[in-house]
Amino acid sequence: MKRRKKIEEQFFKGLMAASTYIIMITLLYLIYVIFKQGFRALTWEIVSQVPKGGYYFGEEGGILNAIVGSFYIAFGATILALLIGLPVALFMNVFLTRHQSALNNIRFFLDVLWGVPSIIYGAFGFALMLFLGLRASLLAGIITVTLLIVPIMIRSMDEVLRMVPGGLLEASYALGSTRTEISFKVFCRQTLPGMITAILLAFGRGIGDTASVLFTAGYTDYIPESIMQPAATLPLAIFFQLSSPIPKVQERAYASALVLTLIILFISILARVLSSKYKEHVIK
Amino acid sequence: MPVSKRKIIDTISHGWMLVSLTVVLLIPFMIGLGLVLKSLPILQQENLLRLLVDSDWHPMKGKFGFLPFILSSVYVTLLSFLIAAPICLLSAIYLTQYARGWLLQVMHPVIDVLAGIPSVIYGVWGILVIVPFVGNFIAPLFGTVSSGYSLLSGAIVLAVMSIPFILNLLIEVFNSMPVELKEASLSLGATHWETIKYILVREGFSGIVAAIGLGISKALGETIAVLMVVGNVVQIPKNVLQAGYPLPALIANNYGEMMSIPMYDSALMLAALILFVIVLIFNVFARLVIKHGGSRR
Repeated sequence: MKRRKKIEEQFFKGLMAASTYIIMITLLYLIYVIFKQGFRALTWEIVSQVPKGGYYFGEEGGILNAIVGSFYIAFGATILALLIGLPVALFMNVFLTRHQSALNNIRFFLDVLWGVPSIIYGAFGFALMLFLGLRASLLAGIITVTLLIVPIMIRSMDEVLRMVPGGLLEASYALGSTRTEISFKVFCRQTLPGMITAILLAFGRGIGDTASVLFTAGYTDYIPESIMQPAATLPLAIFFQLSSPIPKVQERAYASALVLTLIILFISILARVLSSKYKEHVIK
Repeated sequence: MPVSKRKIIDTISHGWMLVSLTVVLLIPFMIGLGLVLKSLPILQQENLLRLLVDSDWHPMKGKFGFLPFILSSVYVTLLSFLIAAPICLLSAIYLTQYARGWLLQVMHPVIDVLAGIPSVIYGVWGILVIVPFVGNFIAPLFGTVSSGYSLLSGAIVLAVMSIPFILNLLIEVFNSMPVELKEASLSLGATHWETIKYILVREGFSGIVAAIGLGISKALGETIAVLMVVGNVVQIPKNVLQAGYPLPALIANNYGEMMSIPMYDSALMLAALILFVIVLIFNVFARLVIKHGGSRR
């Protein structure tokens, strides 16, 4: 009996260890494959030029249009999302602290919203675009990506703001601050590291998302010069170029994949570095 | 006494906050409303139930049967769940109960980073690694021929994608359990494994269900990575080595041509609506389980 117990435990322990290492190896292998294929294809020409002769058939040129387009969309959407998201997160944690049940319902709502797939945002953005009489453009892309990243941004800011000790709120009230001053001068400053992480997280999500910009931002070989022009994006550059029959264009897709991965890795390292740098303002 | 500047600023910012909150809370209703309005034309013409169980998809002839797409979605999602769920559960238990502290310390940031990697990258990896693997290795193993672009490839890529997501949630579930529970069980003479099996997994059951539910709902809506490896052939798949055509892929693939064929855009918006409703149900259910699981004690 005792022996059987021991064997069972050993068996499952082995199985669990195996699962963990399988996960680790698979994920490392994924990064390895992307890096290997990417670095082989990556040249200075690819990141510094727009496509020549079309992104699909043209053998010359690069993906500068997609890199710039992605940054335009992600920056625009992050700023818009910040304009809507930051007030909501502050409102929840400064104004609504006494209404716990309302607060819980809003959080529940945002969590559910977070789970809505990006293709739905894409389809909705497309419908909205037609409704407003817009064509596929930078603007439509920015609006759609904003809708996509707002719930993520609010919830991550909210998680940080929740940790602010209640005494800080009371102390600020006692000094005669208005709630706005508490929000922006006390809470924002106190949670700056976490806020930066939240913003960068939303930015990363925005720059990497494909399905939402597929309908709305369009695709072009040029760098957009106005907000009403269509814009290329990195995820779509990968997707379209990979389906091209020309090997040289496919190589460019691998290079694009590497560029996108490096941007995402850079953002998550930046988030860690910045959030530890600004910790000094935090009152413990 | 004149109203102070601080008061005015406070009023303005309060107003802006309220407006923002309203906008955010309205988003899902706007999405729902927009999709319903857009899919009304086809719903007025056809019976919804008939559309859902019909397998005849010929937009040019005005036939819009969603069954092949719904079945493909279900197969891919179920299969990816069968792959990802056990591995994630075992690994989460190992990392939180058996492994040395440093392993979790290393794994945590790695999982975080991987959860942030865009799905299109997973798609590229799927084409480079999983598709040839399924085509050259798995298919001959079962004595059939497959290009590799199949439901199985889609499911494997989906499973790999959702592993960081599910694992993160599960680690949280196991980490948030009170240590006393474990200590009490161990002091009664149960082995470590028995404690896990009878106490921890049972205690965290709702959390586990919720984490996996959220993983499934994420997998259901995942578009681009699946679209790249699943083959996109309209058919009722007979086995998992055949190509499929899940709902999100249908929407994503046809946006360009849908304006020229009558009812096509309406049908695609209906597909989006169906997906939206299914994902919402999964999400609400999983979140409710989390909420109630948390407040039980």
